[in-house]
Order: sequence, then structure tokens, then C-alpha cells
Amino acid sequence: MLKCNFSKGHTQAARGSLEVWKTGSMKVYEIATMNKEEIIHILSEVKDPEIPVLTISDLGILRTVDYANDLIQIQITPTYSGCPAMEIIQEDIRTELAKHGLKNVEIKQVLSPAWTSDWMSEAGKQKLMAYGIAAPATHTCFLSGEDKPESCPLCHSKNIEMISRFGSTACKALYRCLDCREPFDYFKCH
Amino acid sequence: MDLFSNYIIHQADNALILGHRNSEWTGHGPILEQDIALSNIALDLIGQARNFYQLAASRINEVEPGEMITEDDLAYLRDGNEFRNFILVEQPNGDWAKTILRQFYFSSFQLLQFRELLKSENADLAAICEKSIKETRYHVKWSSEWVIRLGDGTSESHLRMIHAQQDLNPFIEELFVPADFDYEAESSGGGFLPEKLKDEWFQRVNDIFETATLPMISSEKKAMHILSGKNGVHSEHLGFLLAEMQFLQRAYPGCAW
Repeated sequence: MLKCNFSKGHTQAARGSLEVWKTGSMKVYEIATMNKEEIIHILSEVKDPEIPVLTISDLGILRTVDYANDLIQIQITPTYSGCPAMEIIQEDIRTELAKHGLKNVEIKQVLSPAWTSDWMSEAGKQKLMAYGIAAPATHTCFLSGEDKPESCPLCHSKNIEMISRFGSTACKALYRCLDCREPFDYFKCH
Repeated sequence: MDLFSNYIIHQADNALILGHRNSEWTGHGPILEQDIALSNIALDLIGQARNFYQLAASRINEVEPGEMITEDDLAYLRDGNEFRNFILVEQPNGDWAKTILRQFYFSSFQLLQFRELLKSENADLAAICEKSIKETRYHVKWSSEWVIRLGDGTSESHLRMIHAQQDLNPFIEELFVPADFDYEAESSGGGFLPEKLKDEWFQRVNDIFETATLPMISSEKKAMHILSGKNGVHSEHLGFLLAEMQFLQRAYPGCAW
């Protein structure tokens, strides 16, 4: 039998600004007293649709979150100009916030300062490696000459070679491990 | 349309038209990895084009209030003589060598152009270039490697690169000839005159040609091609490209995914 977890929240929503939503097993938020940190926490559920182990905070796509007078203003920045995930990410942000009853949301895409792989969190890099994608190896300030992964994310061998400068998405290149013979994606320094 | 809007549209059109040309390779690349490479470059370029068109549309709506226009109107509902792209980027794909050389010529130019535009007094234009220049740098790297690989490859690949040079060299001069919108951009502080990039462009391109064992090209001014894409006088190829690219929006106005 389907169990509706929203019923209690809906009743209380009628009480105006002091809405309390209970959404499944999620934490209960009181919108009137909700602060920025809680909103950022909610947004930490939003994943990159093409690399679903990374959240938009891990990637550094989420730039700023402001919350005042019941309006949430969010700035996001694309990794690459043509990144097709940006529109899905915007929808996912709205959906995730709406689950918590937050619907007054403005999302703005900003281009400057331009996104760099340096903004990827350490936790994000660890998750990438565990997922089988080599993380950006260098801080772009130190980038001179060749940008290549440190090792194969599967067997950790350093005996690797590039197959192609472009991989399955704009942000990745394609490599191959010469020991375990597996091809793998490398998230480029950018 | 005001001149500075056309200046922005010039950047947008270059990116869109070359992006569209590259997308024609999708599913037809010589090997899967390079099919993906060109499709990714197409994606970068079309993304850049969208940013430029959005900026141009907001500016046009501000300068000429009335019916609001969007990025889609600019991309899909203008005719050939309203496009401001270089003749170079609308040239048909030809073989792999010609596609590579066209990308190499254009990306080498775009890199220098964006570098200058980072100093633009138009902050929105500078922001788009700040974002795009990183992508363009990678396109230069990728296409340079291919120029070297083909030029210094087999006798067949070398010959094909020579033919590509012969086909595309007549369109180089246009990159450095200013149009009215360049003068406007320069005087308003929003842009610069393209002659400024000429020596450096030839230097960089010839450095790669030298490594690729290909003939160097001369920067001496030649008789200008009668066409001028920047002024809306295009080769016959643009019309066919637009017929395909714009078909859906013209046949089914406002159609969306």
C-alpha cells in the first residue's frame, strides 16, 4: 500500500509562512527559520546528471546561495560553455527545493569568474576516482605543458597513455591503462 | 541593428556556423574518438554562440524596444545576408584535412581575439570571452596536433593538407579586414581592430606549419576576396547550411523539445 508522507505537511502548510514540511525520511525544516546553511545542505542532494557521484557543490558549479525575504537566489556557473547538463541541473535544483516546500527560487547563470577544475573539492576528487574517472591531476596555476592523469583509477598504475583529447563529455579526455588494459575517462584540468 | 550588437553577433555567428559544420561530422568521423572530439568542439562552439546571442538579444531589446527577440530568433530566423561570420567558417567540411585546417585557422584566430576581448569595456562580453578562451585554447592544441600529424604523416595526408591550404588560404585575409562594427567596437572601447592580431596569427600558424613540414604562408596583403562575410556577402555554401539548420524553426515556428 502506498503511504503518503506529505499529508501532515500539507495540512500545516495552510498556516502561512510557518510551513512545516515532512518529506519522507528527510529532515524536517521550518521554512520561516530556515537559514542559508540548511538550503546549501538541501542543494547538496543535487547531482551532476552526467557524473552522478558528484554534487554541484563538489564540482564547484554552485557559486552562491542567498536567502532573504523568502526568496532564494542561487548562482551557478557552467563547467564548459556548451555543457548540456546546465538546464537539467537548474530543474533539479528547483525540484529538490520544492520537495522541501521552497518554491520562490531565482537561479542565475554566471560566467565570470570562469569555472576551473581547481574548484572541485577534495571529497569530489576521491568520489570521482572511486567511480572510475581519473580526477584533475594539477592545479591549473601549475599547469604548463602536458595535463595528464596521475594514475589509472582502476589499478593505480602510472603506466598510462592518452587515446583522445576528448572523451564522453566536454570535461573529459580518454586514456588507457597499459597494465590493466582498461580505457578510462580523465576529468581534464581546465 | 546598432553596430555594437552586430559586433557581438559576428562572434556568435562564427561560433554557430563552425559549430554547425563540425556537428555535420557527428556519426561520420574517421574513428569514434575523433567523431567525439569534433562533436565536443561543436558543443563548445554552440555554447559560446548561445552566450553571445543572449547578450546580443538583451542589447537589441534595450536599444530597440518593441517586439522582444531571443537568441533563437537570431540563430534561426535571420537570412544569409544578415549573418556576420567569416567566409572561412562556412566552407564545407571537405575531407578530414580541410576540416582540421579550417578549425586550426579559426581557433588560432579566436584565441587571440578572445584574449583581446578580455580587456573589453563591455563586462558581459569580456565574461563570455573569459569563459570561452579556455575551451578555445584546447581547440588550438587539438587542431595543431592534427595539422602536424597529417602534414608530417604519409605522402597522402601531406598532399591533402596542401590541398586544404590551397582551398582555405583565400579566406585568411578577411580575418584581418575591419568592418564598420570593428571601428565602432574599437572607438567605444568594447573591442579592437583585427589587424592588430595579424602578425602574431601568421607567426603562430607558421610555427606549426614548420613542424608539420608544410609550406609557410605569407602575411603579405593579397587581393581581397570579393566576398565579405562580415558585411553579409557570403559564399553560396551558407544558404545551404542555413536551409538545413533553420528548417525546423521556419517550418514549425516556436517548436521546442
